[in-house]
Amino acid sequence: MPEAWKIEIDNATKTFLDGSVEAFRSLSLGVRANEVLCIVGPSGCGKTTLLRCVDGLIPLTGGRVLIDGQTVREPSDQVAVVFQHFGLFPWKTVYDNVAYGLRLRGAARSEMARVDEYIRLVGLEGAQRRYPYQLSGGMQQRAGLARALAVHPSILLMDEPFASVDAQTREILQEELLRIWERERQTMVFITHSIDEAILLGDRVTIMSTRPGRVKETLDVPFPRPREPAAVRAQPEFAVLRNHIWEQLKQQAA
Amino acid sequence: MADTTIPQEGAQARPPSATTSKRLTALAPMLVRAGSLVVLLGAWEIYGRSVNPVLFTYPTAVFQSFVELTMNGELWRYLQQSLVVLVCGFGGAVVVGIPLAVATARYKWLDYATDTYVNALYSMPMVAVVPLLVLWFGFDVSAKAVVVFLFCLFPILINTYQGVKNVDPRLLEVARSFRSSEAQLWRDLIVPSALPFIVAGLRLAIGRGLVGLVIAEFYTSIAGLGYMIVKYANSFQTDKLFVPIVVLMVLGVVLMEALKQVQSRMAPWLRQTDEE
Repeated sequence: MPEAWKIEIDNATKTFLDGSVEAFRSLSLGVRANEVLCIVGPSGCGKTTLLRCVDGLIPLTGGRVLIDGQTVREPSDQVAVVFQHFGLFPWKTVYDNVAYGLRLRGAARSEMARVDEYIRLVGLEGAQRRYPYQLSGGMQQRAGLARALAVHPSILLMDEPFASVDAQTREILQEELLRIWERERQTMVFITHSIDEAILLGDRVTIMSTRPGRVKETLDVPFPRPREPAAVRAQPEFAVLRNHIWEQLKQQAA
Repeated sequence: MADTTIPQEGAQARPPSATTSKRLTALAPMLVRAGSLVVLLGAWEIYGRSVNPVLFTYPTAVFQSFVELTMNGELWRYLQQSLVVLVCGFGGAVVVGIPLAVATARYKWLDYATDTYVNALYSMPMVAVVPLLVLWFGFDVSAKAVVVFLFCLFPILINTYQGVKNVDPRLLEVARSFRSSEAQLWRDLIVPSALPFIVAGLRLAIGRGLVGLVIAEFYTSIAGLGYMIVKYANSFQTDKLFVPIVVLMVLGVVLMEALKQVQSRMAPWLRQTDEE
């Protein structure tokens, strides 16, 4: 590709326990600016580890990750992560949790107005003073999303963010994420087990293979934006894509 | 009970017996407890009166002694002495224990340097050290405060250490992804996370501290509630003997209950498992 990648994973390898466990090996992948790249793969293919390496939370054993051409060594303030386990602090209110990233940076008063803005955006208006244990899973993840958005990252890394909520909430959150993403169109890397979710949300879908993890194939998703979930699912290409991806994954799951 | 009820507009009429029995079910545990206390005290009273007063006593006699000792100020004097020792010893353990625990949790080398001694001293019955401490520090308040200090220190030390070490690693990851500095990490994550553990340590420490207090007062035999016990036991005044015992029991209950309240208010999210 002649254009510059926003995120470039260059021949990355990650092993644990002195090489006896290989999460992924010689993995190369690029993410364009303002695109949503969904990564699907079977359990244990290293996609969660990969995400953490991209964020700089875990160091690579070999190869490198570049963001805007710079090697990643530690988490950057351009990148925000949304975790599967929500990761909210139980002793902080929704407001304080969403404000967390901003406060760490010593945000000015004007910037702090964003907190209420994003709380409203994710549909948690009125819940500012509640604590995480008083919220449902879906609401907690909305808070996690608001927290990530509040720091105005240029890159969002989503680690199976909807895997811990029930199916109906999941669909609602998918639709909301599509709507929210339309506003700023951040570069997004979205890890999921769900093929449907990957096709619905992604501009491109990368299929990973397991043991060790590598990129098997990357496909373009032809649906235009803004996307409406029911309409997208009704397209014949949706089923075609889905079957193709499923076939690719099935080969390894056996 | 006459079954005449006046139905209210739009509302379901409820016979009076239904609400009364509901209230009774709610009160039932308390009534049973009160009832068992009455039975116990009653049996004690009856049996106590028939036994030799040198060996045994009964509730009304204890109550009379309680009134007498309060009126002449003797109870308050000894109680005050005990409280001073308790506060100094416990306070000292908090001031030394919590920072030390935080430091050992934070700096591995300090942890390795101290863990053998901490574990050994925690496991050891501190009672054994009391005569030695009296030898070193004498018979007055400072010796007893040191005893209480040592009894209180190790639960505080160990529980605080555990609290700091057991921070949820997933939350640590969140903090790192947002580039938290170490100071911010302590403020936002480690201290709030460790607080319930610390309070648990304080509860254990109070329990142990009371034991240490009484033992030290037995051994030094000069002042405090422990001394009161020894004095009246030695002079066979069993009715007066029960007074400091009951006071210590009440003191223990009050302190434990107070800390339990603090603990439950502090981390409401931890009680989730049975409330959902």
